[in-house]
Amino acid sequence: MNQPLIVTAAQKAGPKTSLAVGGIVLLMLLALPLLSLLPADSSLQVSAYTLTLVGKILCYAIVALALDLVWGYAGLLSLGHGLFFALGGYAMGMYLMREAAGDGLPAFMTFLSWSELPWYWAGTQHFLWALCLVVLAPGLLALVFGFFAFRSRIKGVYFSIMTQALTFAGMLLFFRNETGFGGNNGFTNFRSILGFSITAQGTRAVLFLLTVLLLVASLYLGWRLARSKFGRVLTALRDAENRLMFCGYDPRGFKLFVWVLSAVLCGLAGALYVPQVGIINPSEMSPTNSIEAAVWVALGGRGTLIGPLLGAGLVNGMKSWFTVAFPEYWLFFLGALFIVVTLYLPKGIFGLMKKGGEQ
Amino acid sequence: MRGVPLPAARPEFMLEPAFDPNRDAGSSRDAIGLGQRVIGKGLDVRHGTLLTLEDISVSFDGFKALNALNLYIGVGELRCIIGPNGAGKTTLMDVITGKTRPTEGKAWFGETLNLTQMSEVQIAQAGIGRKFQKPTVFEALSVFENLELAQKTDKSVWACLCARLSGEQKDRIDEVLETIRLVSSTHRQAGLLSHGQKQFLEIGMLLMQDPQLLLLDEPVAGMTDAETEFTAELFKSLAGKHSLMVVEHDMGFVGSIADHVTVLHQGSVLAEGSLEQVQGDDRVIEVYLGR
Amino acid sequence: MLTALYRLIFSIALLLPIAANASEADYFITSPPTQQATLLQGWAAQPEASRLPLLEALQQGRLPDDERKLRLNNRLRGLVDNALASHRLLSSKTDVRLAAARQLQKTAQPAQVAFLDRRFATEPDETVHAALALALANLQLVDSDPAVRLAAVRLLGETGDPLARTRLETLLDPGVETDAGVRTAAETSLAQVKRKLMLGELLGQAFSGMSLGSILLLAALGLAITFGLLGVINMAHGEMLMLGAYATYVVQIMFQRLAPDALALYPLVALPVAFFVTASVGMLLERTVIRHLYGRPLETLLATWGISLILIQAVRLCFGAQNVEVANPAWLSGGIQVLPNLVLPYNRIVIIGFALFVVVLTWLLLNKTRLGLNVRAVTQNRNMAACCGVPTGRVDMLAFGLGSGIAGLGGVALSQIGNVGPDLGQSYIIDSFLVVVLGGVGQLAGSVSAAFGLGIANKILEPQIGAVLGKILILALIILFIQKRPQGLFALKGRVID
Repeated sequence: MNQPLIVTAAQKAGPKTSLAVGGIVLLMLLALPLLSLLPADSSLQVSAYTLTLVGKILCYAIVALALDLVWGYAGLLSLGHGLFFALGGYAMGMYLMREAAGDGLPAFMTFLSWSELPWYWAGTQHFLWALCLVVLAPGLLALVFGFFAFRSRIKGVYFSIMTQALTFAGMLLFFRNETGFGGNNGFTNFRSILGFSITAQGTRAVLFLLTVLLLVASLYLGWRLARSKFGRVLTALRDAENRLMFCGYDPRGFKLFVWVLSAVLCGLAGALYVPQVGIINPSEMSPTNSIEAAVWVALGGRGTLIGPLLGAGLVNGMKSWFTVAFPEYWLFFLGALFIVVTLYLPKGIFGLMKKGGEQ
Repeated sequence: MRGVPLPAARPEFMLEPAFDPNRDAGSSRDAIGLGQRVIGKGLDVRHGTLLTLEDISVSFDGFKALNALNLYIGVGELRCIIGPNGAGKTTLMDVITGKTRPTEGKAWFGETLNLTQMSEVQIAQAGIGRKFQKPTVFEALSVFENLELAQKTDKSVWACLCARLSGEQKDRIDEVLETIRLVSSTHRQAGLLSHGQKQFLEIGMLLMQDPQLLLLDEPVAGMTDAETEFTAELFKSLAGKHSLMVVEHDMGFVGSIADHVTVLHQGSVLAEGSLEQVQGDDRVIEVYLGR
Repeated sequence: MLTALYRLIFSIALLLPIAANASEADYFITSPPTQQATLLQGWAAQPEASRLPLLEALQQGRLPDDERKLRLNNRLRGLVDNALASHRLLSSKTDVRLAAARQLQKTAQPAQVAFLDRRFATEPDETVHAALALALANLQLVDSDPAVRLAAVRLLGETGDPLARTRLETLLDPGVETDAGVRTAAETSLAQVKRKLMLGELLGQAFSGMSLGSILLLAALGLAITFGLLGVINMAHGEMLMLGAYATYVVQIMFQRLAPDALALYPLVALPVAFFVTASVGMLLERTVIRHLYGRPLETLLATWGISLILIQAVRLCFGAQNVEVANPAWLSGGIQVLPNLVLPYNRIVIIGFALFVVVLTWLLLNKTRLGLNVRAVTQNRNMAACCGVPTGRVDMLAFGLGSGIAGLGGVALSQIGNVGPDLGQSYIIDSFLVVVLGGVGQLAGSVSAAFGLGIANKILEPQIGAVLGKILILALIILFIQKRPQGLFALKGRVID
């Protein structure tokens, strides 16, 4: 892990061009929901499918960014970020289910002939409490897990395996009907959010804009972190943890902070993902999903801020094309991507571009 | 020597070590009452002893790396530790810095801090700095950033989130950069430095930490003669203001800096005294120096 | 009173037509169904060895020495089964009697009480004796006389059968059993039965824990070599298990096509085949991908995950996404009945033995051969080993092949007890990593004790709190355990060089 940390992507790759490109992309993203509001016969109209797809990819991009904060900067490869994403999604889903059920019980509970809500569903009919849960559920889990993991100095592959086991355990737990989260099927058939129909174009557009906003906010947060002394401590931690301890820094606190922050970002992304995509089920927690997020980051270039976004966009874009065109070969392609990126693109596409730019 | 931060006018420490080299081994605890004059901020060194190790033993699955070792380091002293391979030098450093817990024995920093109950981070914050055998710097960061991280300041998470370098701190970094002769490489990535430069950077980081006790594990390995000579000067200028414990194999280097030498053998102190005394000791000659 | 009267009538009715078997058969066939039922009930209450062929034929829906089909209604078929069981109780073979007694536990009629009582008194075999006790007690428990019920409850208390427990548990309900005395007796008996069952349950849990442990061990052993000795995280390790299982499937198909007579031997042939297939795949991967990633464990992890995706999809395309069927040969099916509630299946016993055998073999290979010496040398100091003339590249390849090959052997074992499908490996990979983490890196002894420890812990927790919560609890325990022993169970202490 000796490659230089690209502190800010923009600075080194020629600030003007990258700012311009970034600005154009941002404008396009902001225009997308407005175009979707155009009447269906307009040639510029963006379909609900496209909007949902792009919104979904943007949520994944936030996950990639969150993962990059812990992996690229602090050197902690988490294979369990899908769990935090899903927890945020489930917290939002609880609200949406309550909203859809009105005063009654959510449909799946009636189906299981439960007569009352489990205690942890209390208050989920209030949007604000659901928002708190979106932050608290992944945040607290990350806090507890991180506290113990970092206390015993679990790092490197051990940490990765532990996080993978964690998300696997989470998936098993949520698959059970008794857990009270809809078992296999998870949550679906949402109707409205804050009284607005969830399928209405206006609602979709607003959700999309919120996702763009969250992405920009996370990007700014990441940029500030990377430029602060905190960011430098993280990099130092990644490369020489012992040295850092003998300098008088306690690595646990730093790891825990960035770890919890990353988990909360994932939770927020999950919370925006669910109303847009309209379903959340335990398969979001499967280890496969989380490890796929690692390849987004690796492909784009870890330790950079733009790289993960690029990676998430590319891989997911290709995924939606492949799964329609050659469904059998998608896994071959994804597998090959894992191998090629690790063997030939240690710094990802972004590193490649930067190298190209310098020559 | 331009730019080397000399200890504020206390020439007596330079000329006459704060330690009587003629005393018997292990008896330096109450050596001299000079401690009061160089008392570190907040650390109680009333009796002039900065580091006290008594009956320290460390065993790894039956193998005794350290065996009932006694060592006292006075305030402002420059101590060299020599000994054959496997004598326990690095383990000794590990014990002092909290990396290895002694199986038995006492380790005190100053009069009040029990090192055996403190974590590595606490020990570092209390004022013990360590240079590793293999130069370890933050390779992905620039030289300047390396020094910035090492700087003595509030090192909590929150402080780092909103930290901004004050002018004073910048001046201090520039000062150290000059001392370690890396001004021209200020913004170079530390990973690109030569071996000797990394050694200096690490020493520079120790200086930024401003510890009361510096532990240096083979600081001149891989340095040119000129660099070695310069390091010797640097260490001598540091002594007095800081206490230094240097582990070194290079007897020439030891001879040029040390006023007091401890010889380790099989995990305990074999001999202690001035370099001449030690070199004249029959047992030392037998196990280490050779006839 | 009523039952006694019935018995009398049956006896008289029976005495009349007894002349010869043939006449019995004729008589049966010519009677209307209601009378056939009465006849069967009578036969069941007073079995005679000579009637056995007739009943066996009836059970198959025909008459003895007659190919014509016989139509019996459901009720009659049940009665035939019952009567047959009654007759089989006279058999000289213990297992036949046992099966008969079990059958009677479910179907016996009040009229059979006297007969069962006689057999109960004379039955020499303990297991059959217990089974009979239950059958008898089942009948007496519905008797109108509380004294009879009380005796039955006491009888049940002396058996150690899981069925007795369920039967007694229902009696605790005042709605089912009206007599308070019988209820109290049922409670005492229940406690007795539970005590007896406890041993079997504990042994059963320990055994299934050992069994799970041996599987984890087979899965983790190869991993311990590649991860522990070479420092390579092989996420495709689970797929090596899967390939081993599919190799077994292919060998089975070959035997079915080419040598159906020797089909029983196919697992033995599958062992070397699976080993060589997976070892070659492993060596190929090492040469092409993993070799370039030594010293970069996180990258290796991702690359091998990619490999595992490709392998899974390739198998899906070749063999289909459905599970394939790998059948146990006869010598691996069935089991030993140790206690009434404890059956040890042969396949699991064989696998435990096999796992230990593989461990010993691996240990010998690593500690007593030139290859093992080389592997250990490379593990400890790669550069030094290279300087001493150890061909490190070759050693890496062989060690990786060995690790994969052992996984292949594990796959053969897995195919004998579980489903064989493309996702087979995925379900074991996390568990086996936990074994390696818990056992300590590069420690065979650690892996063995961690595998069995995890296996047994899993199986003990499972009945208490359910499989899923058990898994989660174990994960939490491992994390807590690592707080105390960060290097795993068996760690070498020493000066760590930075």
